[in-house]
Amino acid sequence: MATPILEMQSITKTFPGVKALQDVSISVERGEIHAICGENGAGKSTLMKVLSGVYGHGTYEGKIIFDGEEMEFGSINDSEARGIVIIHQELALVPYLSVAENIFLGNERVRRGLIDWNLTNQDAAALLARVGLDELPVTPVGQLGVGKQQLVEIAKALSKEVKLLILDEPTAALNDNDSEHLLELLRQLKGHGITSIMISHKLNEIAEIADSTTIIRDGKTVETLNMVADEVTQERIIRGMVGRDLGHRFPPHDSVVGEEVLRIENWTVNHPTQAERVVVDNASLSVRAGEIVGIAGLMGAGRTELAMSVFGRSYGRDISGKVFLHGNEIQTRTVDEAIEHGIAYATEDRKKFGLNLIEDIRTNISSANLDQISRGGFVNSNEEIKVAEEYRQSMNIKAPSVMAVTGKLSGGNQQKVVLSKWLFTDPQVLILDEPTRGIDVGAKYEIYTLINRLAEAGRAVILISSELPELIGMCDRIYTLSAGRITGEVGKEHATQEHLMELMTMERGPVR
Amino acid sequence: MTAVVGLKDLFTRNLRQSGIFVAFIAIVGLFAILTDGTLLSPGNVTNIVLQYSYVLILAIGMMIVIIAGHIDLSVGSLVALTGSVSAVVVIRHGQPWWVGVLAGVAVGLLCGMWQGLWVAYVGIPAFIVTLAGMLIFRGLTLKVLDNISLSPFPAEYQRIAGGFLNGFLGGNGYDVFTILIGAVAVVGYAVSQLRSRQGRIRYQQAVESMPIFITKIALVGIVVMAFAYQLSRSRGLPIVLLILGVLIITYSVLTSKTKFGRHVYAIGGNLSAAQLSGVKVPRVNFLIFVNMGLLAAVAGVVYSSRSNGAQPGAGNMFELDAIAACFIGGASTTGGVGRISGAIVGGLLVGVMSNGMQLMGIDQAVQQVVKGLVLLLAVAFDIFNKRRASAAR
Repeated sequence: MATPILEMQSITKTFPGVKALQDVSISVERGEIHAICGENGAGKSTLMKVLSGVYGHGTYEGKIIFDGEEMEFGSINDSEARGIVIIHQELALVPYLSVAENIFLGNERVRRGLIDWNLTNQDAAALLARVGLDELPVTPVGQLGVGKQQLVEIAKALSKEVKLLILDEPTAALNDNDSEHLLELLRQLKGHGITSIMISHKLNEIAEIADSTTIIRDGKTVETLNMVADEVTQERIIRGMVGRDLGHRFPPHDSVVGEEVLRIENWTVNHPTQAERVVVDNASLSVRAGEIVGIAGLMGAGRTELAMSVFGRSYGRDISGKVFLHGNEIQTRTVDEAIEHGIAYATEDRKKFGLNLIEDIRTNISSANLDQISRGGFVNSNEEIKVAEEYRQSMNIKAPSVMAVTGKLSGGNQQKVVLSKWLFTDPQVLILDEPTRGIDVGAKYEIYTLINRLAEAGRAVILISSELPELIGMCDRIYTLSAGRITGEVGKEHATQEHLMELMTMERGPVR
Repeated sequence: MTAVVGLKDLFTRNLRQSGIFVAFIAIVGLFAILTDGTLLSPGNVTNIVLQYSYVLILAIGMMIVIIAGHIDLSVGSLVALTGSVSAVVVIRHGQPWWVGVLAGVAVGLLCGMWQGLWVAYVGIPAFIVTLAGMLIFRGLTLKVLDNISLSPFPAEYQRIAGGFLNGFLGGNGYDVFTILIGAVAVVGYAVSQLRSRQGRIRYQQAVESMPIFITKIALVGIVVMAFAYQLSRSRGLPIVLLILGVLIITYSVLTSKTKFGRHVYAIGGNLSAAQLSGVKVPRVNFLIFVNMGLLAAVAGVVYSSRSNGAQPGAGNMFELDAIAACFIGGASTTGGVGRISGAIVGGLLVGVMSNGMQLMGIDQAVQQVVKGLVLLLAVAFDIFNKRRASAAR
């Protein structure tokens, strides 16, 4: 049997006060797809930063053996020179530069000191063909969707004659089609002898594609599973990650559905800059007290756009349609008005739109309802801390105190802060947009439990999600959205992934 | 049992904020030694207050602008314009001093509204709007003054920046009134601290242990009283110091304890999140610039009073002094961070340094270089700290 292409032996990495990695060993065979799983904060990204030289030699203990030689990478350039390329979760492409320019950025095709554009574009075209991306090399990257940008990143890696490709959550932001394409590409690359390490939270993908899986928990290696020889189920991986059987991935909840709370009628929204483009097309939906209603749709179907346009016209232009609360028409022209009417919207991108990351938990929780703790314009900070402390305990936010800066919390805890913030506004309708995106399995379960609790308390919940099992597991009713139109309304009992997918990919809405 | 916060926590909670205080004390100590104590002499302490008051007034407004993630390059020109309008009203038209002050303030508010309109409601970056403002207001200054200097102001007007409150209670070699005001300030500080401490205890929050608490108040008391004593031995309490004190307290409360203040921090910290939390972003931005206009007018009046007239070139580069004070005092270039106290200490630090170097007879050119380096180092220190903090995750 051939020697492994990569061995990391007994890696220990300490930050002041924290042992991020403790005696972690991992061995990656030549030409395999090796998945790394673990909860957020388990140490996966740290391990990859050690490997790629972001944390240089000397800042950690242990050995890295690559291609049979011991490596001492001082920087990311050193590891790239050896053919180790890392593609981060947040893509590192320059939106204004063309595909070809991005691919050869820092590695320009130069002849006599000047860039040879013909060669650049020609080589780029060849690389694009290899990754199966049907775009011109001169297209600005900003015009491509996330899925295609991901492919550009891989083309860029290929241009560096990559031997070991590391992908950090490559499919997190992709829809199912794009994900499928990306996984297929990884398989092809494997066929060409390129080894991949893939960090992912999507266990179904790991089960589908990985040859072996290393599980990391709390900075230690738990085990390495051989995915080919053994029958490894998702439940098996989850057990390794959380150290316990989750049993049910979704907590059960008894829905006691009451009166209709929110109804949206004939809602139409146009794109904010391309005025003639209809993003949400004549959508109508309703949600009742104590009910969890899902909105399913592929990326670009208009889910977020629908929610944000209702929430104080935060998206789009030429918005028309009616919103009813308890049967009375209301206006939600500003976010302020929407909040006042008891509508809350927890965004899909909590870092960009949800939290003030440089501020503490306390300030974030109170930010949407300062009135509650203010008198005559003056904020009572003692009251504020008390309120925040109550939420920290009831929502189980793991932080030393409410004065902890939210930017330093894990994704799951950040999401709990966002939920706390909206609960503090005492909403009647909660719109949760991808509430479990980028959150590890254990924390997801906690968020689900919280959502159930909200519904059981009589609030109406609208749940937007890309993960169909999540919708099916959580919702009482699911609307499907395709190209801005509501194409179906499916009750809990009829909801299957196949059925939903069929509705979500419908070209035209049902005949009215 | 109420939890107790240790000294170390207090200090490390915000290294940048406490760092600037330490740096300030070090600079004062350094120049006190280098100038054989002249720096802290009664006459010179008074001088520093008079000489840098208008930069400090500007720095207060600028801090709020910077926290919200903007910048204002126009304040120097606005100081000139408001001072000139005031001078024209008082000197050319012979109106009483307070009519001049009101006219200056009105112009400041109008200019602030003008810029706020463009920034908040049209959505043009503040850098551009205020760069334009810098040119426009300078041009208007020249127009108002017909390109010539106006002087002198009547005595009452001069008192705004050059006057002192003293002699009300007599004194033997030192002014009792000044010391009394110092004592009132210390008592006021102690009472407000005590009340906030009691409030925290009522809510069962951690507070400093009693010895630390008393030491803190005693330290502040000693510094303030020493300062008041030095002032009292010279000319008494400068009126402009009173104005400055009121502004500092008002704006510290405004930024740290009001909804408006919270909204400013929220906008600077994450604009989109603030919008989606129901903050009326345009209104807040508008008010921030109106306020900056107001403070620029106050600074304009103070400056014109101090220079006893209006010159076409007044206030040149003041915007940069104010901006530097904010960044030295802990503001972040990306917004969302900063305190009024930081801006004041930052401004004083630059003031003490310039003053100390002047006393030592150091060349103007060298002074500029040193000031520039201090600004650079302060921000570098900030970035270094942030990097260390994020590496520690």
